[in-house]
Amino acid sequence: MRNLGWLRVPLIGTYVFLYIPIIVLVVMSFNASKMPFSWGGFSGRWYSTLLNDELIRQGFINTIIVAVGATVLATILGTLLAIGLARYTRSAVLEAYALTPAIVPDLALAIGLLVMFSAVGMTLGLHSVLLAHVVFGMAFVAAVVTARLGQTDPSLEEASRDLGSSAIGTFFRITIPSLAPAIVAGALLVFTLSLDEFVIAFFTDGPSTPTLPIVIYSMVRFGVTPEINALAALLLLVSFTVVIAAQRFTRISDAV
Amino acid sequence: MTSPAAQGRGAGRRRALGARFVFLGPGLFYVTVFMAIPMLLVLSYAFLKRGRFGGVKMEFTLDNFHRVIESVYVSVIGNSILIAAITTILALLIGYPTAYAIARLPRKWRNLALVLVVLPFWTNFLIRTYAWILLLNSEGPLNKGLTAVGILHEPLDLLYTRGAVIAGLLYAYLPLMILPIYASVERLDNSLIEAATNLGASRARAFFTVTLPLTLPGTMIGAIFVFVPSLGNFIVPELLGGGKTVMIGNLIRDQFLKARDWPFGAVLALIMVALLILLFAGQAAISRRINGRGRHA
Repeated sequence: MRNLGWLRVPLIGTYVFLYIPIIVLVVMSFNASKMPFSWGGFSGRWYSTLLNDELIRQGFINTIIVAVGATVLATILGTLLAIGLARYTRSAVLEAYALTPAIVPDLALAIGLLVMFSAVGMTLGLHSVLLAHVVFGMAFVAAVVTARLGQTDPSLEEASRDLGSSAIGTFFRITIPSLAPAIVAGALLVFTLSLDEFVIAFFTDGPSTPTLPIVIYSMVRFGVTPEINALAALLLLVSFTVVIAAQRFTRISDAV
Repeated sequence: MTSPAAQGRGAGRRRALGARFVFLGPGLFYVTVFMAIPMLLVLSYAFLKRGRFGGVKMEFTLDNFHRVIESVYVSVIGNSILIAAITTILALLIGYPTAYAIARLPRKWRNLALVLVVLPFWTNFLIRTYAWILLLNSEGPLNKGLTAVGILHEPLDLLYTRGAVIAGLLYAYLPLMILPIYASVERLDNSLIEAATNLGASRARAFFTVTLPLTLPGTMIGAIFVFVPSLGNFIVPELLGGGKTVMIGNLIRDQFLKARDWPFGAVLALIMVALLILLFAGQAAISRRINGRGRHA
């Protein structure tokens, strides 16, 4: 720290910038007063009103349904795709094509899917959000697993085949176990992205089944209330816990 | 007559073809149905007339493109590019020294420093934006704090300004600038900088002639990571700009969900994507030139 010289200023400044809004939010979520900007003492009452809010509870359940479904589908499709790209083709064009959904702006993907779903006359609901989340989820899983495949040795699979194992046996006993860490990392990534995803869900969801981000959006549009503060602080706690837990399994320096 | 060996090769090739289909088929089919076809539909809608209740009429027209030239829309697109550019430049000015400082930290602190950078990024985007509504409110802590210290005599209107939109975008995407720059600074070979200073270059000169060019690819990736999501964002302008700062994302959202003029929305989306493709092409060209120079030198 001492040998950084003036670089300490931007370093500390960045952390202040990143954490002041979060600290403000958490402190205000414990404000007993119903007036958001006058301090009425310390209280956890908004957290208990939150737990009784039917809209938020339903939104949470909807989000979990979408995230679990999208994660399962995206993990299976993305893993197969990654193996196919690494072992059965050398086409850079195919690889770019398969990974594009990860970099397409979410708004462009969102309107594309809305247009497509309405062109085929599909009713919108949680199923359409789920299908939409699989598109980018699959690309992220494929990207993570492809990176891992670059490090694994294909001669293990060849040895297994030479020793008489079937193609399917080799796949489940050699290929999948050696890719397991990357598959789990990819699945976790999709799950977290899907939980938080708003733009695509906003365009592809039906009005009667809002996901939690859509519920939050409709709440924050109408300004500051103590309930949102509590909900926001609670979600911060959840994502901080998940990130710190994930840290224990994978080191961030490997991911960057 | 074919030899047994050739027959074996033929069977092997058929198997490889089957495996290729099993592994690549489902994923490529999915990308085609849920990304390529939707994108092509949007592209074709740009040339059709609007339907009465959303959707389109099957009649070819170029009117949608003519409408974009109306001054309202030109100024919204210009404004979006300006806001995204200012956000990117600020992120660069803050992010570069921060990433550089993190890479210079003792190894045991580096990991923690990076986790602290990405931690806010993994929280819900709406929540992060909402935090700024609280912070910038006229009765909020920033105004109260500045008034209490005596810097301000009366609260400033911080919220619902262009500055608030830029602050919100910067807050949302700064980690995306810091990470790739960190990665390229961390990979930097320190002996090159030592060589430059040993040969008499000042530290500033060594930075501008050695460090900066070598970290330029990572810096450009960071700039793209910030610019791209800033340009198409409609949440931050809506929540922190209060409808006064309209960006191209708001316009596209409104055409699809409010005005129900899908063809015009499609044209606006095409313009946004075209801008981003230009950006990627520029970045690719610059990094090719840098790599080329490195190889010849």
